[in-house]
Order: sequence, then C-alpha cells, then structure tokens
Amino acid sequence: MQSRREFLKTSALIGAATMGVSAVSNSKLKAASPESAAPAEHMGVLVDSTLCIGCRKCEWACKGAHGLPQGDFDSYEDRSVFKKMRRPDDTALTIVNEYKPNNLGDPDFDVKIQCMHCEHPACVSACIVGALSKEENGAVIWDTDKCIGCRYCMVACPFQVPAFEYQKALDPKIMKCDFCFDRQKEGKLPACVEICPVEALVFGKRVDLLEEAHRRLKNYPDKYFNHVYGEYEVGGTSWLYIGSENLSGKVFPKLGTETAPGVTESIQHGLFAYFVPPVALYALLGGIMYLTKKNEEED
Amino acid sequence: MQHYMEPAPVKIKYFTPGVIFISLIALNGIIFLLGRFIFGIGAVTNLNNQYPWGIWIGLDVGAGVALAAGGFTTAALGHIFHKDKYEVITRPALLTAMLGYTFVAMGVFTDIGRWYYIWHPLVFWNHSSPLFEVGICVMFYLTVLYIEFLPVVTERFIGNVKLPGALKRLNRPVDKLLRALDRGLDKTMFIFIIAGVVLSCLHQSSLGTLMVIAHSKMHPLWETPILPLLFLLSAFSVGFPMVIMESIAASRSFGLKPEKEVLSGLAGYVAPLLGVYLAFKIGDMAIRDTFKYLTEFNLQSVMFTIEVVVGFIIPFRMFMSKAVRESTTGLFIASFLVIFGVFLNRFNNFVIAYKPPYILDVYIPSFGEISVTLGFIAIEILLYRLLVRIFPVISQPNYGAAASAKFEIKGGSK
Repeated sequence: MQSRREFLKTSALIGAATMGVSAVSNSKLKAASPESAAPAEHMGVLVDSTLCIGCRKCEWACKGAHGLPQGDFDSYEDRSVFKKMRRPDDTALTIVNEYKPNNLGDPDFDVKIQCMHCEHPACVSACIVGALSKEENGAVIWDTDKCIGCRYCMVACPFQVPAFEYQKALDPKIMKCDFCFDRQKEGKLPACVEICPVEALVFGKRVDLLEEAHRRLKNYPDKYFNHVYGEYEVGGTSWLYIGSENLSGKVFPKLGTETAPGVTESIQHGLFAYFVPPVALYALLGGIMYLTKKNEEED
Repeated sequence: MQHYMEPAPVKIKYFTPGVIFISLIALNGIIFLLGRFIFGIGAVTNLNNQYPWGIWIGLDVGAGVALAAGGFTTAALGHIFHKDKYEVITRPALLTAMLGYTFVAMGVFTDIGRWYYIWHPLVFWNHSSPLFEVGICVMFYLTVLYIEFLPVVTERFIGNVKLPGALKRLNRPVDKLLRALDRGLDKTMFIFIIAGVVLSCLHQSSLGTLMVIAHSKMHPLWETPILPLLFLLSAFSVGFPMVIMESIAASRSFGLKPEKEVLSGLAGYVAPLLGVYLAFKIGDMAIRDTFKYLTEFNLQSVMFTIEVVVGFIIPFRMFMSKAVRESTTGLFIASFLVIFGVFLNRFNNFVIAYKPPYILDVYIPSFGEISVTLGFIAIEILLYRLLVRIFPVISQPNYGAAASAKFEIKGGSK
C-alpha cells in the first residue's frame, strides 16, 4: 500500500513536471477551449476522508503558498475550530471541517474543502469577461487582469466556493483554490498534498485516481461508503472524495450528473445561433414597420 | 382637442416640499455611495460570500431593467405598429427608459468590485455567459436610447441657440449642425427604433437566464429553464402599466389632465399580456409539479404568493374590467399592482429564491444598501422633473392655439 502511494506521488510529480513544460512550451494549446482539453490530461486529487486526522497542516501550507497570513504553526493544533462549520473564504482557500458520523459510536470524521475544479465549471461558463479558465492540467484559475468583480462566478458555483474581498475598496480579488497552478508549473506538488502527513490527499492523473478510488472501495467495502464524490457530480470534478459514509448531502450538496452550467449554455447558444434569431426579429419588426406605414399612407 | 396636444417643456416651479424631501433621500444615498467607493463594498453592504448579490443587483439592475420596459413597448406600439394615437406617450416613456437604464448602469457600476474595469466586456468576450449578453445589450441599448432622445434635443434648440458671451458667434454654426443632425436622424431613426426593440427583447430575456445557472441553489417556485421566457413576458406586461402610472402621476404633479383615452387604450393590451405570462408561469409550475411547495409555510412561499396573487392575478382581473380601464383611479391602482408584482418578481428571483447550500450569515440588506437604492430612484425622479422643464417631452395643450381660441370665444361673446 505504502509503495503504491509512493509510486502515485512520484508519477504525479513527473506528470506535473511534464505538464508544466507543456504548459509553457505549448501556448497554442493553452488558448484552446476547456472542452477540447482531453480529460485524460487532467490532474486531480483523491481525498480519502477516512485517513484525514484533522491536523489542518494543509490550511497552513495553503496560506503560505498563496501569500496569505498564516499565523502560528502550532495554533493549527487547536481543534476547537471544529465546533463550527467553516467555509473557504478570502483568508483561507481551504479549510477542514469535522463531521458527526451517522452511526453513533463511530469516530468523527474530517473533510478538507476547497475548489473542486469541475470538469465543466459553472464559473468559467458564467464569467462575463472569461476571467476564469479551465487549464489543461485540470486547474480552474482566475485572471486578475480581466475580472470586473461582478461576483457572478459566486452565484454560479454549485459548491459555493469562490470568495470575494469585500473589505477592499480597490482591486478586490476573487479568492479560491487555484490547484497551486504556479507550483504545478514548476513541477511541484500542490502545497496541501505535499504537507499532508497521512497521505489523505493523493495527487495524480484524474483517470488514475478514479481507478485507485474504486480499488479502495472494492477492497475495503466495510470501511468505505461505495461512492466516489466528484466522479459524476456536475459532470465530474478534478478533486475526488471517498469516505466512511455518503458525503453527498452532508459534506457536499446533493447534485445531479448534468454539467454545472446545465441548460444555460444551450439557452445562450440557442438564442444566438449564428445570430439568426436576433436578425430574424429585426427583419420581422422592420417588415411590420414598413407595412403598417404603407397602410397608413393608403388610408 | 387632440390636435392641439403637442410636446412642450412643462412650465412648473422646480422646488416644492415634495421635491425637497426627495432631494434629501438623494443626498442620503450619495453619502453612502461615497462610502462604498472610499471604503469598499463590505463597508456599506451586508453582502457576503454566501450571498454575492443583493438588492443592488436584484432591484437596481433586475427590477430597474424590467420597469424601464415602457420604453421599448411603447416604441414598438407607436413607431413599429404605427398606432399613432399612442405617439403622445412615446416621449415620456423614452425619457423614463433613458433615465432608467442610465441608473441600471450606475447600479452595475456601484455593485461591481472593480468599477474601473466596467468596459472590459467590450474587449474580453465570453459567449457562453448570459451576463455578458446582458452587459453588451444594455450598453448598446443605452446608446440607442440616447440617440432616440436626440431629436427632442434638436427640436428644443433649433432656431433657439443662445450661447452666452463670447460664444455668441457660434450660434449660427451650432444651429446649422443641429439642423444637419436632425435631418440625418430623421432618415435613420427607424434603424435605431427597431434595434432598440430587438436589443430589449434580448437582454430582458437574458436577465432571466442569469439565475438558470444557479439552478441547484434556486427555490423550485422560481427555478425553471423557461425563466428567460418568463422574464421577457413579464417585461412586456409591465411596460404599459409603467407608462400609465407615470403618466397619471406626472399629470397630477404638473397640473395637467391625464390623457384618459390614450391610457385606457393602452390598458386594453395589459390583460392579454398578463394572461399570456400567467399561462406560462402556471403551466410551467404544473408541468414541473412545484405547487406542492406552496403548502410549506416559509419566507419563499409567502413571498411567492404575494407576488403572484397581488402582483399578477388581481391586476389581471382588474385590467379585464372596462370600468377599471376607464377610471383614472382604477387604472392607477391596477398599474401600480403590476409594477409591484414585477418588481417583487425580480427581487424574489435574485434575492429570495437564492438559497446557498451553506449559510453562515443570512443576508438582510443594510441601511446603506437601501439608502443607495432609494437615492438612485430619487435622483431619477429629480432628473425627470428637470428634463421635462427643459425639453419638449410631455404632451400638453398647445398654448398658442389655445390662447387664440380663447380670444375668439371672448370676441364672439361680445
């Protein structure tokens, strides 16, 4: 088991490194639309909540990697924060929550929460200026040079992840996990994965992670609830979760399998199919205008 | 009498006790507006990471766009379908739409975190975003509205250019320029009028598409993929009631007689339009089996019931009655109810129906947010009053003709 994890980590590192090189060298691919990126290239993280010990080192590392005030390292030992359910926000891009089990007597379990990096992200579809993008490595990232701060991404996100710096009068940012995009480019692991002392987080290609998740579910049916959250939810997410019980509806919202943007894109593209409907309406109104005018002159 | 009605600047005193009261509301709004730009959105609003949109989007933008629908609906009726009877109300409706959309833009400018990037949608396009479509259409439509208003400006100043002091010698060239502009506009105006109606249909509906992407967070009483259609139909329905209410209110305020015949005529269109909206809304609810949510007693079901019963069904019945359509009070109340209904519908869609999965703090609009929203409405009213004094917008008895008629009668009686 241990060696297999080591292997996954190593292969992930190599994967990340090649990704980084290709991301830099192949700028043409980068401009391609998110749909065209082969999901096989998408990296992801498998979160095994049965292994998580709630040490919150990932929170500490994440803040460090993103230049956010980290505070005292030892303060993260304080488990009283688990009394309240927290959400990722502009001061912490990831947080760990502790949940009561369904069966009394079972131990409490901890789940790390951050951006799920959807395969078909609602935020990317919704953003008025295309400031959010799904990169070929699977990361959903935000571009400060485009964003106008309208917060439609926050309205659209089914997981309620993006946060906004409400207190800033100038240059407020949309804050969310960026899957350590810059670190991955340098061939490094995401900060949270790197620091996790119990390997509750496994970084790798999404397809490989799915295989690993199902292997665990199959081998330890007593330990796991038989569901990989994120495999099909909202068309799939790059981050995948397994746990001792059903996380859907308890840790995560109950979501269908249709892609996150849902019918919005069909409506949009239908209304603007080659600009036919608007032009047709224009022509129709023009026709009516001409005819009623003519009638009037004849009267 | 009809023949003597023509648009002219209204001759009224600007400041009345009411106007001073409205000015105070405007001033209060401006103070909080300054606070927003100096200290940030968080300092003035109760918005948070669970509720990213509040009343500035729901009311200033959502309801603002809907209630400015009088502009394109009367333009369609008067200029495209050539129902000449209604020409008298196209100018006030145009002015309201122009001011309304100006303040929709102001609302957006206030609400977005990076207001200095408001022009970005012109450069960075995202075709799959309904908000992009709304943004672009509103920008273009606002331009079209200003162009449509230009003939009113040229009419006011042609042969009447009186620049002060040293600029006097420019009087002639400016006059010539205005005349050229007027001729050009006269020939091309139909392009803009049709464009205005098309742009309106597009963004009125896309405003409904906005919340479709948040379907998992929306309350089922409002959530439906036909939201764009419902938004468009309700915008059609609220256009004429808005013009009717505004016309009655303006005539009272300016001491003129309301044009009952025209308003009653307009009112005739409202019941069918409301009927079509209600048919789609209720049909959709039946198909999606969402009536069952009305048996629950919560904020959403109460707000929904008020919206549909008070704001749509009661005025629908009222507009069907001939007695109501022919009474000024009846028209005023029925129109007010439709406006209230659509206003509440937009508020409900953008604020009440939005239920984030994890609520840490409930959103209740702050005093500052409400102040800014009321302030914008107040400034709009103040500008309207100012502009109708300067420009020929409101149709009224032609004083020249009326005076000579009076003289004749006097002379005749001697």
